[in-house]
Amino acid sequence: MRATPGWVGLWPALMLAIFFLVPFGIMLAVSVSHRDPAGAFIPGFELTHYARFLSAFFAKVMAVSVGVSVAAAAICVVLAFPFTVFLASMSHRTQTVALVVLLSVLSLSEVIIGFSLSTLLSKTAGISNLFYWLGLIAEPRAYTPSLFALVTGLCYIGFPFAVLVLYPPVSRLDPEIVEAARVMGASASRAFFGVVVPNLRGAIVGAFILVFVFTLGSYLLPQLLGRSEDWTLSVHITDQAIYQTNLPFAAAMSIFLMLVALALVGLASLAGRQRRAA
Amino acid sequence: MKRREFLLSAALGAAALAAPTVPRAATSTLKVGTYGGYFKDSFDKFIYPDFTAATGIEIESIAEPTGEAWLVQLSQAARAGQAPADVSMMAQLPRIKGERSGLWAKLDADKMSKIAALPDHFVHRYEDGSVYGTGAVSWYITLVTNTDAYPEAPTSWQALWDPANKDKLGLMSLATNSFLLEITASTHFGGTDILKTEEGILKVMEKLAEVKPNVRLWYRDEGQFQQALETGEIPMGEYYHDVTSLAASQGKPVRSTFPQEGAVLDSGSWVVSKASSALEQSQIFIDYMAQPEIQAKMSRNVGTAPTVPRDLTDLTDEEFASVSSDQAPILPLYDIYVDRGDWINQKWSEMITG
Repeated sequence: MRATPGWVGLWPALMLAIFFLVPFGIMLAVSVSHRDPAGAFIPGFELTHYARFLSAFFAKVMAVSVGVSVAAAAICVVLAFPFTVFLASMSHRTQTVALVVLLSVLSLSEVIIGFSLSTLLSKTAGISNLFYWLGLIAEPRAYTPSLFALVTGLCYIGFPFAVLVLYPPVSRLDPEIVEAARVMGASASRAFFGVVVPNLRGAIVGAFILVFVFTLGSYLLPQLLGRSEDWTLSVHITDQAIYQTNLPFAAAMSIFLMLVALALVGLASLAGRQRRAA
Repeated sequence: MKRREFLLSAALGAAALAAPTVPRAATSTLKVGTYGGYFKDSFDKFIYPDFTAATGIEIESIAEPTGEAWLVQLSQAARAGQAPADVSMMAQLPRIKGERSGLWAKLDADKMSKIAALPDHFVHRYEDGSVYGTGAVSWYITLVTNTDAYPEAPTSWQALWDPANKDKLGLMSLATNSFLLEITASTHFGGTDILKTEEGILKVMEKLAEVKPNVRLWYRDEGQFQQALETGEIPMGEYYHDVTSLAASQGKPVRSTFPQEGAVLDSGSWVVSKASSALEQSQIFIDYMAQPEIQAKMSRNVGTAPTVPRDLTDLTDEEFASVSSDQAPILPLYDIYVDRGDWINQKWSEMITG
């Protein structure tokens, strides 16, 4: 039987070009076009929108965006890794059920997650009433809107992704490696951190990058769960694109966000590669 | 506009019952755009059938998208000689932007005798004096409170600055929909004139920045604030008078107060695309909508404040109070957002919500 002909590979490439590169090209063109205050934009070439972005204010917003996403990604990976290792040691049936439950979380919209968490963390109906009832706090209080609520929401969304990225390599990890380490006298924690973690560093970096990039684009949760100082760049892009009808500036900001994301992803994967070389 | 979407859920019952326009023999069709959702459904149900019966003009009801997207669509279509709608209901900022670019058709005021009942600020004219639009609907933004948290109603917008209200306020997140600059100017600077210069705007913003410790939520989503207001989670803020009155009448512990400095009167206007070929019918429609009895019908069924003086309508005290007030309103300075929109929004992000 003949192998699949090579030109079949061109089909996805073509689709990618049409549905990714073309819209990206349009965005690039819009970002240098002239803003028409009547609502639209006039084709042209100017860098004013990029210049406007280069300010202390937007540097702060960018720092908030990156900081929040890095925090969410780190927390997700720290929680998801031991969880996945533990899950892989369970029976097949339990694993399937756990994965289906996790997958079903992905079907929830950000709006539902945001509203549920804001109720759960509220003063009037939230979890603080339980703490109050247990006598842990003097009076019910609100935990939202806050940075904590925002990162919690982002972790809720990011956690299933982290598990799904980690699960295949974790479940394939040869248990004899750990046994060998234990036989040679390593403690359980030493075997985990000295053998399991380094073996899976590629998957860990992959999960981190995925959650980071995914949460970087979140614009609903920062509005629902964050204070105004926690609003990410995505919130400001939405403001410009929808409320101020300033598409050139929104496009310029999106490109900055993408460049920063690419740079950080590049750094992270570079770190992964160096390990392999060593 | 989220407001309409929210109104939709608030009055889902009424909206669900909205019947399609009954087809009847008519000499012509007019395409009329209103915000999709509650507004369009209410107009379809309560206003258009009577208009068709009275004039013989069939209405094709168009759902407008939110924000300024409709202005962009209308102006791009007009360049190609197309009119996706003949008459459109526009918020004031896109209405003024369309005026500046000459997008709206000039109307023949002599053929629209009933618009004389409208106050001057609801008859829109080009610089040469020709009429191009009228006020369609108006609504108030007031000081709202949860009645459990505040047994006494506040009397002044000063309450926003009161240190006792730390972390208790919900305010709209944009300069252009909250009109907090106008509220601040009216409360602390004796009126909105100070907003006519950039130095004045910065002064007002500095004063407004003092409320930041009191603000728990700068909201874009109206449903989020209304829910928080009703539960007492966020017990004070600025919100729409009509929706708050509706919630209060349903037994929710909320109240809407017209502060002594006045409440903000915002509005939507009827305009006609210059690409429309149905100018005659458009004029008949706009003239019809300006009638006091139609305005009263809209107050009763759609929940909007009448654009004509109250004494021309037959609204009872209770009906009038649920949508409006006799008190002098704070009128938004829409022009400053058209002239200096990007600058104001940037400063707003840095000084107020940043």
